[in-house]
Amino acid sequence: MTTSHVTADVPAQRGTDGETPVLEVRDLHVEFKTREGIVKAVNGVNYSVKAGETLAVLGESGSGKSVTAQAIMGILDSPPGRVAKGEILFKGQDILQLPEAERRKLRGPKMAMIFQDALSALNPVFSVGNQLGEMFRVHQGMSKKDAKAKAIELMDRVKIPAARSRVGDYPHQFSGGMRQRIMIAMALALEPDLIIADEPTTALDVTVQAQVMDLLAELQAEYHMGLILITHDLGVVADVADKIAVMYAGRIVEQAPVHELYKRPAHPYTRGLLDSIPRLDQKGQELYAIKGLPPNLLKPPTGCAFSPRCPKAQDICRTELPPLVPVSEQDGTELVGRVSACHFWKEQIHG
Amino acid sequence: MAEPIKKDEAAVDVTAVEAAIERKVDRGEPILQVRNLVKHFPLTQGILFKKQVGAVKAVDGVSFDLHQGETLGIVGESGCGKSTVAKLLMLLETATAGEVFYKGQDITKLSGRALKAVRRNIQMVFQDPYTSLNPRMTVGDIIGEPFDIHPEVAPKGDRRRKVQELLDVVGLNPEYINRYPHQFSGGQRQRIGIARGLALNPEIIICDEPVSALDVSVQAQVINLMGKLQDEFNLSYIFIAHDLSIVRHISDRVGVMYLGKMAEIGTDEQIYEHPTHPYTQALLSAVPVPDPEARANRERIILTGDVPSPANPPSGCSFRTRCWKAQEKCSQEAPVLAVPERFKGQDTPAAHSSACHFAEEKQIVPVH
Amino acid sequence: MTELTKSDAGAGTAQTAAVPAEAEPAIKRITQWGEIRHRFMANRLAVVGLIIVGLLLFAAAFAPLLAPYDPLHQDLANTLASPGGEHLLGTDALGRDQLSRIIYGARIAVIIGLASIFLACLIGVVIGALAGYFGKAIDSVLMRVADVFFAFPLLIGAIVIIIVMGRGVAPVVISLAVFSWPTVSRLLRSSILSVREADYVLAARALGAGTTRIIVRHIIPNSIAAVMAYAAFSVGSAIVAEAALSFLGVGVSPEVAEWGNMLSAGRDFLGVKDYLWVYPSIAIVLTVLGFVFVGDGLRDALDPKLR
Repeated sequence: MTTSHVTADVPAQRGTDGETPVLEVRDLHVEFKTREGIVKAVNGVNYSVKAGETLAVLGESGSGKSVTAQAIMGILDSPPGRVAKGEILFKGQDILQLPEAERRKLRGPKMAMIFQDALSALNPVFSVGNQLGEMFRVHQGMSKKDAKAKAIELMDRVKIPAARSRVGDYPHQFSGGMRQRIMIAMALALEPDLIIADEPTTALDVTVQAQVMDLLAELQAEYHMGLILITHDLGVVADVADKIAVMYAGRIVEQAPVHELYKRPAHPYTRGLLDSIPRLDQKGQELYAIKGLPPNLLKPPTGCAFSPRCPKAQDICRTELPPLVPVSEQDGTELVGRVSACHFWKEQIHG
Repeated sequence: MAEPIKKDEAAVDVTAVEAAIERKVDRGEPILQVRNLVKHFPLTQGILFKKQVGAVKAVDGVSFDLHQGETLGIVGESGCGKSTVAKLLMLLETATAGEVFYKGQDITKLSGRALKAVRRNIQMVFQDPYTSLNPRMTVGDIIGEPFDIHPEVAPKGDRRRKVQELLDVVGLNPEYINRYPHQFSGGQRQRIGIARGLALNPEIIICDEPVSALDVSVQAQVINLMGKLQDEFNLSYIFIAHDLSIVRHISDRVGVMYLGKMAEIGTDEQIYEHPTHPYTQALLSAVPVPDPEARANRERIILTGDVPSPANPPSGCSFRTRCWKAQEKCSQEAPVLAVPERFKGQDTPAAHSSACHFAEEKQIVPVH
Repeated sequence: MTELTKSDAGAGTAQTAAVPAEAEPAIKRITQWGEIRHRFMANRLAVVGLIIVGLLLFAAAFAPLLAPYDPLHQDLANTLASPGGEHLLGTDALGRDQLSRIIYGARIAVIIGLASIFLACLIGVVIGALAGYFGKAIDSVLMRVADVFFAFPLLIGAIVIIIVMGRGVAPVVISLAVFSWPTVSRLLRSSILSVREADYVLAARALGAGTTRIIVRHIIPNSIAAVMAYAAFSVGSAIVAEAALSFLGVGVSPEVAEWGNMLSAGRDFLGVKDYLWVYPSIAIVLTVLGFVFVGDGLRDALDPKLR
């Protein structure tokens, strides 16, 4: 840590070097069988999260960001989906090798997930208190009464007003923001080491979004959990993430500490995303737009998947798949935690 | 379901309306004037014999002007009534009260031929490109439908060419004319929807969240297209969205809605740099800024609680339940949308319409 | 900008090949029906169903040419002949040729099955469309009427109608239709209710489209699919119901060559001359399966979202 040449207040460096990450994904491949052929949704993803760290996975629809999360949680729709290759190490142990019964025991006490649509993720026929309490009854064998008390305590934790009187209410009786809080409470119930939040605030209004993101960040710090935040919103990421992995067509194309990524992207896709955000000084001008359409995963382009849309693509980009390589300063000093999958990352980052 | 039919149909002189809407409006002059628009959806009980037990006040007295050639952005959170305003302006819903003047003619009372003539000039782009195109019609039939309904716009033999021209204008291959909507991606479908809206050569296009269903990298393409078309066809836009940065990029003026009412309206600079309504200030401060450096040096106002139900809005100012400035007066007296007393006659950007008893400036958006 | 969007369109051809049609090199007109047929034919079970239904229709149409004997001719010297030899499927207690009776039975099955469902759809579509499109009081009244017919037990209702009208093909068709239209109208109504709120209907209204245009171009094409699939599906169940009525002695006259009648006659020889009921049963089961497969295939093929 002391050798780090990045200023100490950069949160990405918070975890101590050498510490085993809570989660490490290695060379993960996920495929889906469809009528038209095999869709390669995830093609060799690597990332890791340490305790207390927030990794944001940024990508558009079809980039494979949610599928990766489902594979980690073991809730992949299979068939048609299946993990074709790779390892998912949870505290050093490859959970893909575990029997299903063992994996089920991980979900809840060890890792939990928060979904975008809380209304459909909660069961409409059971009260909120019942669903919260179920976590304790099933996993810890608590009595009904104790479980209910725990449920109320949790609802208090996530700042739901009048928790005691609302514990018997059903999901539809809560507003969108409150339902998302209940989802968070459920995920937190057994104090897992890892939380995966898949677009947790996308369905919420801006003013409520801020409340929920703040709550999530606060609780994460308190419980010292690893958090994987899956999103398409560059704004949300900037506010809470320590490091960012940008996904495109089932691969990570760039990974960097949050400040660095915004300041000096090392991949043209990241650059394009950042440039297409409307800015004050560009008012009245045309917005920068990444041309073309997201790739079709049935027939991904040869070479770099982004090459058909890339303004800087050369011949090599269309024939050779660029590997994910470490990124360094102009003088050769390594930029810790930075990688890019672009043949021309040097030109991209150093101009 | 049926077209809004007004009883005093005979009272409207069709030829007078047709003459009025033929008139050209100069750039910058008001083309659409909305006055005290109200839409209450009745809440009923009972199966056979329905009795009204209340009303959802979706839109509750909204007034604004749209000037020729400009883009008026309307922002607000879900349930604030912005989409209902769009439907009222499109005459897809019947207003409970209030008027919409198009070139001086109140169009809420129109029916039959006069209504059809007005429809030619006001068109709409929908939010969801997956549900706004009939899945059983080809692209050619979808974009050509306006010509079937208004045959005077394009003679029969000319239609195929016209449709192909429109496809070209929105950046799609004109040879796609025989394909079905499901064969296109979201962004391409939205272009088809825009082409349909353009077919009749309208003067006003009402866009209800036109890019919010699209991928980030595709949003910019569609926004640029809309900007280009505005210049090319001299269009006036009402741009309804919840994404504040996109609204700022495309709008000349912006209105902020809360719970069926307009909270604040002004030029984009007035609203974004000098907001005086606490709701606008909170909304702007809550927007996640895609710049980690900026998060340190900006103040964030985090509102507590949720938006109250429009079926049972608070007395007085509807924002007072979440407002940190609320006082006794706010619960008794609904503030009117006007230039606040303290800024009246001053040459300051804060002197714009704001519906707050205690309007004051607050710097929210960090300067990039 | 123009250049930029053009390349978008170009990229579309190259990349969005998630759709079969996109993969085709040349742009050719793919008609709606062409696509539906293509999807239907890609479904193996649906094709099997179609073959069964085709054979049934063929047998019904050319019964006099196909049947080796007159189905009503009683060969009293040759009663209860076992299958094989002169009578491929044997003869019944009155010496009538079983095979010929089964072939002629297809006629009754087809006529009653198609006619009753056609009639049921006619009533059901009109009532369902009225209820779905106009809603409010009209909807409430029509749906309560539908509930009454829906709740009435088919057999008892049919017996009442047949007592009033006498036995024959027409009373059977009418009684089946009268008690199966409520399902059709409910299906159509619910599908219209969702379609008429669709954005594309709003878009058409915003363009100034009239009620007729909206119903014909937008609502019917998008809501009729469910009814078509159900109709194909229920021809099978109508045939079963018709056979059941005849079996109970309230269907067509007992001497007519009809599968239910044959079952009824075979009942007396249960365990002795099983071929008397086995072959007509096979005919009924195959027919029902055929229509079920066709209905399933149609439902999938008609859904524009399933590709």
